[in-house]
Amino acid sequence: MSWETVIGLEIHAQLATQSKIFSGASTAYGAEPNTQACGVDLALPGVLPVLNKKTVEMAIAFGLAVGAELPKKSVFARKNYFYPDSPKGYQISQFELPVVSTGAIDIEVNGETKRIGITRAHLEEDAGKSLHEDFHGMTGIDLNRSGTPLLEIVSEPDMRSADEAIAYAKAIHELVQFIGICDGNMQEGSFRVDVNISIRKPGEPLGTRTELKNINSFRFIDKAIAYELDRHIDVLESGGKIVQETRLYDADRDETRSMRAKEEANDYRYFPDPDLLPVMITQEDIDAVRQTLPELPAQMRARFIEQYALSDYDANQLTASRATAAYFEGMVKQGADSKLSANWITGDLSKALNRDGLSIADSPVKAEALSDLVKRIMDNTISGKIAKQVFDAMWQGEGSADEVIEKHGLKQITDSGAIEKIVDDVLAANAGQVEAYKNGQEKLFGFFVGQVMKLSKGQANPAQVNELLKSKLS
Amino acid sequence: MHNLSIKQLSTLLQSKKVSSVELTRYFLDRIQTLDGEINSFVTVTPELALQMAEAADVKLAAGNAHPLTGIPMAHKDIFCTDGVKTSCGSKMLDNFVAPYDAHVVSQLKALDMPILGKTNMDEFAMGSSTESSFYGATKNPWNRQAVPGGSSGGSAAAVAAGLVPFATGTDTGGSIRQPAAFCGISGIKPTYGAISRFGMISYASSFDQGGPMARSAEDNAWLLNAMVGFDERDSTSLKMDKVDYTAGLNDSVKGLRIGVPAEYFGEGLDPDVAVVIKQAMAELEKLGAELVEVHLPNQHLAVSAYYVLAPAEASSNLSRFDGVRYGYRCENPKDLNDLYTRSRAEGFGAEVKRRIMVGAYALSAGYYDAYYLKAQKVRRLVRDDFIKAFESCDVILGPVAPTPAFNLGEKTDDPVSMYLADLFTIPVNLAGLPAMSVPAGFVNQRPVGLHLVGPYFSEAKLLNVAHQYQQVTDWHKQTPEWIEGGRQA
Repeated sequence: MSWETVIGLEIHAQLATQSKIFSGASTAYGAEPNTQACGVDLALPGVLPVLNKKTVEMAIAFGLAVGAELPKKSVFARKNYFYPDSPKGYQISQFELPVVSTGAIDIEVNGETKRIGITRAHLEEDAGKSLHEDFHGMTGIDLNRSGTPLLEIVSEPDMRSADEAIAYAKAIHELVQFIGICDGNMQEGSFRVDVNISIRKPGEPLGTRTELKNINSFRFIDKAIAYELDRHIDVLESGGKIVQETRLYDADRDETRSMRAKEEANDYRYFPDPDLLPVMITQEDIDAVRQTLPELPAQMRARFIEQYALSDYDANQLTASRATAAYFEGMVKQGADSKLSANWITGDLSKALNRDGLSIADSPVKAEALSDLVKRIMDNTISGKIAKQVFDAMWQGEGSADEVIEKHGLKQITDSGAIEKIVDDVLAANAGQVEAYKNGQEKLFGFFVGQVMKLSKGQANPAQVNELLKSKLS
Repeated sequence: MHNLSIKQLSTLLQSKKVSSVELTRYFLDRIQTLDGEINSFVTVTPELALQMAEAADVKLAAGNAHPLTGIPMAHKDIFCTDGVKTSCGSKMLDNFVAPYDAHVVSQLKALDMPILGKTNMDEFAMGSSTESSFYGATKNPWNRQAVPGGSSGGSAAAVAAGLVPFATGTDTGGSIRQPAAFCGISGIKPTYGAISRFGMISYASSFDQGGPMARSAEDNAWLLNAMVGFDERDSTSLKMDKVDYTAGLNDSVKGLRIGVPAEYFGEGLDPDVAVVIKQAMAELEKLGAELVEVHLPNQHLAVSAYYVLAPAEASSNLSRFDGVRYGYRCENPKDLNDLYTRSRAEGFGAEVKRRIMVGAYALSAGYYDAYYLKAQKVRRLVRDDFIKAFESCDVILGPVAPTPAFNLGEKTDDPVSMYLADLFTIPVNLAGLPAMSVPAGFVNQRPVGLHLVGPYFSEAKLLNVAHQYQQVTDWHKQTPEWIEGGRQA
């Protein structure tokens, strides 16, 4: 037994440009078919491609983020094949000389850090869409997507499990959003993952691989790999051979099936596109992009742990997106305690956001407002428990933390005379329990605390309540 | 009036001795009367022409018109022209009405130069005789049994027959210069990248270059001024300093070093053509130029390299003609594959299919290094030969074509002999250099063209040399007798 799984990923990240890679048409998603396709996208006779320089800057940003080599010269090549949604009869891509050369990214699986190699990343244009429904006996062609810029990120076959593959895909997914080159929307196809998988006995050369396409969620990556892994093992253990082929993952049936075998594969007749000049990248270009590059997730995580004394877990959660990190740092800047801020963001805030399906950027409670609430906990105006009540009211739009506390009279009682009176009342009303406590039933202490808090409507300062009860019961 | 120069026509228009509408009507009449003899137009656009002429007359009346305003012209049918059929000489695009203007078209439209129509050409510019056109061969005005050359044969014949003062052409392997030579007119292919390719239907992108075709070097200089310029829609367009190509026309050629490659006068060159070229050399010497021997040792490899590289690019460039979005589509396709194969098999002619096959083969896995890459290396060698030669001379002189115009049908069954008609012009396209064709005499009453090749961006020098030559010769002013049968100006 003991097969070793070998996985490499090809990720297509749609670059978040306003216009297409070789034309001025818009890249916005969801428009009426063929309304966002200009003459270049339709491949009219005589039209020519002109490179959108923004895409090169984005590729450089990605290269810098994964510590990759950025060759001085890269070349666009034509990949020739006929298909109705490929209007030119070729796709403009990069073949021998990609814009981004070898790099790497660290992933974490079960507390272990592993470095995954990135072979290359290259720029290319997306195809249009063939619409087989809605047209009886015919196929509709929508060229809105034709010419949308893609960065194809090719990994080394460095992953040994589905968990590693998912961790890598998520790391790239997080990174491209972090550096602002891709919106990461998997449903709309902005981030597509193809899985190359093979198995072998440890120490043996690589086995024959199959490529899995059409996987549009991280969950399906897991399922597709699991299915394909079982299939490989079944085939090999029953004495069969794996055929090198492209397979489609069908999420509805949870299975993969053959799309096309290698033997039928096209000869794409790649050659340098004579309509486009080689892309020359200078050190100045690289430096200019570096200037605009935000702090990367890994760097930011390390800084958060160091600067704000956060746990690994909190740092990971808070750096999951630039918006979350900004929210957190916004709170701290306003004077909120870092640990309390972290707890609130990863706890009540994210719960409320999930419940209402909102992103942190659209939160009705902004960083400054939440920071004010945390400060009221810090200065003992309210307890942490009351704060949850205040937060809910703020979420409903009832005003600032102070307004809500004022309006609902939630201010914590810290006047020791007033608390002492409540404590005395509770002890007097529960003479039997006091007796039992004194006879050794010490767990009744919590009962007394509860009674005091209840009588004070939760507003008594819990620390003072504890202290008074202890002295009075001793 | 059809024998007047661009400058003379401009003077007539600017001084309001003739209106653009009158001039346009005059040439439309000539086309109607005479083009039946030579078939130089695929499409004639009288309404568009007259409408543009009226607009030109308004500007001329206002007194601030450009010197070219109001002068009628024609475009090779490879240039997309908004609202006008743009066929590229192919059945594939017989039904294609371009929805936009090529850069060259919009530049000349901006000067209100009335468009008389679209001229005939070899299908997708693949040919040296205009016989591969879906619309039938164009005939040489000097001898209607002869070809006009190609692929810009329609433009050359139309100018030679006085149907239009000037027409655009494109030159991928000689397609401006060779038909200009065969029809006894002047044509210039500028440095690759000088004139935008946007809207010019691609044959072989790294070779294709537009240019003017007219009677004289001086005419060409005027037109080049209007056609050259950077265009951001063409990534291979050059950012060049603005040059007035007419400014140096009258410079003396005294002391000019004219390189004469020994390789040009060897095997393959018609001895009668050699005599004509040598006479031209003598004329230039009389003007004070100095003849120097130069060598282009890799010249003989150029045609072979070209017929790998140009078809390779063409095989990909022509993939968009698939019957899906525009152009010819076969009847009742059974399925997608049938749609593709029959639309292309029925829509393309034999020469186009031949080049697509050759090109696809040269690019295919296992052959790429042996053909495409090897040919790219040859391309570099051919270019380096020129660069080295220009260390010892200012321009290179030779014949445009090894023979005068051959007869219709003479080479249609022998593609290789047809390819060799471009023996002298192809190396220039491999190198991307500017070159022009200048009428230099006749062999058997068929015109012979003198080939002038210069270093990159030397268009002004080439035009200067040609203009000086045309000051002491009148080959460019000669016209076939029968064309005077049109209405007299």
